[in-house]
Amino acid sequence: MSGWHLAQLNVGVLQAPLDSPQLADFVANLVQVNAIADAAPGFVWRLRDEDGSDATSLRPRGPDLLVNMSVWQTLESLRAFVYRSGQHLEMLRRRREFFRALDEAHQVLWWIPAGHVPDLDEAFSRLGLLRLEGAGPAAFTFRDPYPQPVTAAATTTVPEV
Amino acid sequence: MTAISSIAALDDPLRLRLYDYVCGQDHEVSRDEAAAATGMQRAMAAFHLDKLAAAGLLAVTFRRPAGRSGPGAGRPAKLYRRSDAEHQVSVPPRNYHAAAEILAEVAEVTGAEPAVQRVARRRGSQAGRAARAADPAASAADLVAASLAAQGYQPYLDGTVIRLRNCPFHVLADQHPPLICGMNLALIQGLLAEAAAGRLAARLDPQPGDCCVVVLDKSKDASA
Repeated sequence: MSGWHLAQLNVGVLQAPLDSPQLADFVANLVQVNAIADAAPGFVWRLRDEDGSDATSLRPRGPDLLVNMSVWQTLESLRAFVYRSGQHLEMLRRRREFFRALDEAHQVLWWIPAGHVPDLDEAFSRLGLLRLEGAGPAAFTFRDPYPQPVTAAATTTVPEV
Repeated sequence: MTAISSIAALDDPLRLRLYDYVCGQDHEVSRDEAAAATGMQRAMAAFHLDKLAAAGLLAVTFRRPAGRSGPGAGRPAKLYRRSDAEHQVSVPPRNYHAAAEILAEVAEVTGAEPAVQRVARRRGSQAGRAARAADPAASAADLVAASLAAQGYQPYLDGTVIRLRNCPFHVLADQHPPLICGMNLALIQGLLAEAAAGRLAARLDPQPGDCCVVVLDKSKDASA
């Protein structure tokens, strides 16, 4: 069993307020899509706000930017959920109804020691790295993936997931 | 082996029939099954299947029949399936994929997905109108299946649902799933609107290895 897990952050700039008619279908699908993620092979953890259902109330970088962060056992298990599960792919297909196109990376992947719970500062620094330097071992994408580090993960004292 | 040699391996009617049969199955195919399905002698089928494997068009695995293992279980069977490799030849040299990659990235960065879907739906409708005009008496399901087959989707029936074994845009879709799967869905929806007079619906339902789009009877479409 690998000592590394895969973390991901994706962000989206809302086209309209979350409670607007334009975002209705996105909001209506949230519970089900998150349930599919939770039950998907390889799923480890995802960011939730204090209400506990999802991260859509979090606004760490401005009122219009939604964030989503999760941890998976492998890149392939994340890829299967993101692009090969019907309901999530359908939401992605319609993403322009809900989110603006960005001229820079909106999604970043990075390897973490298994058991580590990433925070948003860490996630945004990885996104920043990707935007500045392009894909590399510390921050990459599905299109330009990088393998797990070959050295053993250092043991940490972060709380168990 | 060069791409030209690989593709040239299909320039034989028997071999092509075997190749099409193997690619059309949802399971790995034995020499016996391929021979029976194509009306060939086993040795002849084995010879051609191995030529296709050597050309990189089919992939080979060895597997014991279910429930058999250990000494006396017999030799593992040699099984064939479609290779994952792509083989392309174009003369003079053409590289539409390189252009498609650039255009796909531009579409994503400029948020052009809705326009891509509109154009794809319109082109799908054109194809549907042409198919209907060419065969006015055909049933909706037959017309749609024939059109999808002609475009390389390799449709097959799974109960009452039409699934598609091949994605004609596979590598591009792998790199840009929301854009290309959205385009593909719109293309097929356009086709259905004209060729099936609104009686069939297309939805995203990716299954391992298959194209992400499925076609189903509108009355049975629970997500409508």
